[in-house]
Amino acid sequence: MHLAYPAVLSALLFCTGLYGVLARRNAILVLMSVELMLNAVNLNLVAFDVWLSRAAEETLHSGQALTLFTIAVAAAEIGIGLAIVLAVYRNRGTSDIDRLRDTAEGHGDDTEGPDTDAPAAEKAEATA
Amino acid sequence: MTTTTLAVLVPLLPFLAAAAGLLLGRTTPGLVRPLAVLPTLAALVLAALVAVRQGGGRALEAHTELTPTGSVPIDLALDIDGFAALVAVLVAFVATCVQIYSTGYLRDDPRYPSYAALVSLFTSAMLLVVYSGDLIVLLVGWEVMGICSYFLVGHYWETPEARAASLKAFLVTKLGDVPFLIGLFALGTDAGSFDIRRVLGAVADGGIGHPTVIALLLLAGVAGKSAQFPLHTWLPDAMAGPTPVSALIHAATMVAAGVYFVARLLPLFEASRAAMVVLAVMAAVTMTGSGLAALAQDDIKRVLAYSTIGQLGYMTGALAVGDRGAAVFHLLSHGAFKALLFLAAGVIIHAAGTNSLAAMSRMGHLRERVPDAYWTMTVALLALAAVPPFSGFFSKESVLGAAEHVATGHTAQAPGAAGWLVLVAGLLTALLTAAYATRLWLLAFRGRGAEAPDHGRQPLTMTVVLWVLAVPSLAFGGLAYRVLPGWLDGRDLTPTALTSILGTGLAVVGGLLTYGAWQRTTALAARVPLGAVAAHPEGDAGLVEAEAIASHEPAYGDIARAPDPADPGRLLLGPLHRHAAAGFHLDAAYSALFVRPVEAGARLVRFLDREVVDTYVRGAAALPRLLGAAVRRAQTGNVQTYVSALLAGTVVLAVAVLLVATGA
Repeated sequence: MHLAYPAVLSALLFCTGLYGVLARRNAILVLMSVELMLNAVNLNLVAFDVWLSRAAEETLHSGQALTLFTIAVAAAEIGIGLAIVLAVYRNRGTSDIDRLRDTAEGHGDDTEGPDTDAPAAEKAEATA
Repeated sequence: MTTTTLAVLVPLLPFLAAAAGLLLGRTTPGLVRPLAVLPTLAALVLAALVAVRQGGGRALEAHTELTPTGSVPIDLALDIDGFAALVAVLVAFVATCVQIYSTGYLRDDPRYPSYAALVSLFTSAMLLVVYSGDLIVLLVGWEVMGICSYFLVGHYWETPEARAASLKAFLVTKLGDVPFLIGLFALGTDAGSFDIRRVLGAVADGGIGHPTVIALLLLAGVAGKSAQFPLHTWLPDAMAGPTPVSALIHAATMVAAGVYFVARLLPLFEASRAAMVVLAVMAAVTMTGSGLAALAQDDIKRVLAYSTIGQLGYMTGALAVGDRGAAVFHLLSHGAFKALLFLAAGVIIHAAGTNSLAAMSRMGHLRERVPDAYWTMTVALLALAAVPPFSGFFSKESVLGAAEHVATGHTAQAPGAAGWLVLVAGLLTALLTAAYATRLWLLAFRGRGAEAPDHGRQPLTMTVVLWVLAVPSLAFGGLAYRVLPGWLDGRDLTPTALTSILGTGLAVVGGLLTYGAWQRTTALAARVPLGAVAAHPEGDAGLVEAEAIASHEPAYGDIARAPDPADPGRLLLGPLHRHAAAGFHLDAAYSALFVRPVEAGARLVRFLDREVVDTYVRGAAALPRLLGAAVRRAQTGNVQTYVSALLAGTVVLAVAVLLVATGA
């Protein structure tokens, strides 16, 4: 199989994930998008490892080994991430990233504006 | 033990007592009193032993170099001649009396441990000054005394008077100490040594380049420490401290240190006629001015403070005519009777509940309430007024005799003008001294009116000390004037007929004048009721005194005088009374000359700092702040915005790298 197929697939996956991270409002969906991006990278790692090791006399398959690491780390990361989201939801009653703006600088009225029409947007998001 | 060992122990014992008192005072209160009294008593015994062994003969010398200090060596040196031996005995004697007295006076004072330790430290420093044969070591003792004086004057620091007085005492004496230090350095450089013997040897060989400059610089320090005009203003205010402190520091010892210092280095001062004349003028102005001021004071302790200034004026007068024997003779007898006067005044203040003479003159039977203080104070006042055969008579006449000797041109060691100045001022002061002593006695003990508040019997420790001090006040002069010349310079101290008759006659006139004035004014006392009395039957004397000091200004409108028409001083001084009560407005003059310019300067600096320098700083910060405000707007708190910006940046960078790599 030519390298182009998995590479293109992985690029598509990555872009989907990126779009999800940038556009989704629900924190859980953002985390899922992050997983998509990670898996795109995993796919790349495996594909390039196979492609490169074809020419070599002997290989350690370090790309595939690294993939295993990435999967393990991603599992841990998503566990912690989900726990945080859960805690935030219990605390705030929402997991909407747009409404979690505690790190915003100073002016409270700046963040108040989007908050007022947030519920409507959230509904639109949920139905989408 | 050798005499040197004994002499080293004399200042060392009170020092150790002070250290132990400060360390143990809080944890073991039972040890405080023995620690205060016993080492000082031991120092007295040892000082007496040293004096007996020294016997007025050759000076006892010993020195050891602690560490090489560069060009001019500084030694731990002892130099005990007759002067040092006798003054040390006086210091230890008065210090012992004061320590014993304080155990009663500050019986219930919570700060007694630190007080007693500081008095011990002071005693040790004074003994160091007396015994030291090295000028720098002397300076150490000199400055330690200054800081002890600061702490002890401020003992009642709850009262604003005491706080202000302690600061003033410290600053004014330091004002003199700075030139003093410079003078010591100049002297050490010129003589090549700080050792007193070698300095005096250099003076005798004419090895001192600028004796006038050095002598005048040293005189500034002496004027500050010995409360001579124009640096005397701290002493009357220092009376805001406890009475035993006034007795020890501000009457008998520390203020005498300046006189003692000049007496030790007298040949240096004699090398400059200008310095001797300055000394004489200083003494004359101090004597007469303080005599007038003492006549107008209302606070009994301030009367005694001005009296101390005047008697120190006698001593500097004796030095100005080149007779240090007479100066130290007067120092010794004055130390005893002035300490007695202060301690008796402490008893009276306790019994009367006030320090105001105006209030005491409206109080009946104060005499019967404190018979010990009455009799001993009478003795001490007679000694102060130089009535024969009390000790003050002999010492004062020796001063006047020396002045007459110089004025009539019998010796060449001092200018004749200095002799005349001291003689005339001394005789005038004899009159004034008798006048204010009589006024004090009449107002304090001959009052009529309501009974004094009952403060119970005075503690035995306080009354016994009075009688102990009354002995030298009564007999020291008459016994000592034949013996002392052997200890001192060998010059005759016998009173001369002319000055004795003149001085005593003037004293009697002064006393009679005051008595006459008092008889005319005393009837007014009943018509003008006056007085505020602190009554604490349970409290110790220190509490009563602190309250009396604090209440004087609110009750009488001024810290120094009272609006009392029955005061004989008012009649005697006439229009001068107002100015004399305020110390001839010297404080106001200093305030206008020094305090206000300094304050104005401080305000200017404050303005420059707050308004000018800070404006530049604020201006420099304005631009970064604007930029910061702009950048801050990007911080929306939305993570996705940040990630978008990150992505955009990454894409831009990647494109840029690609473009560079392909060489486009």
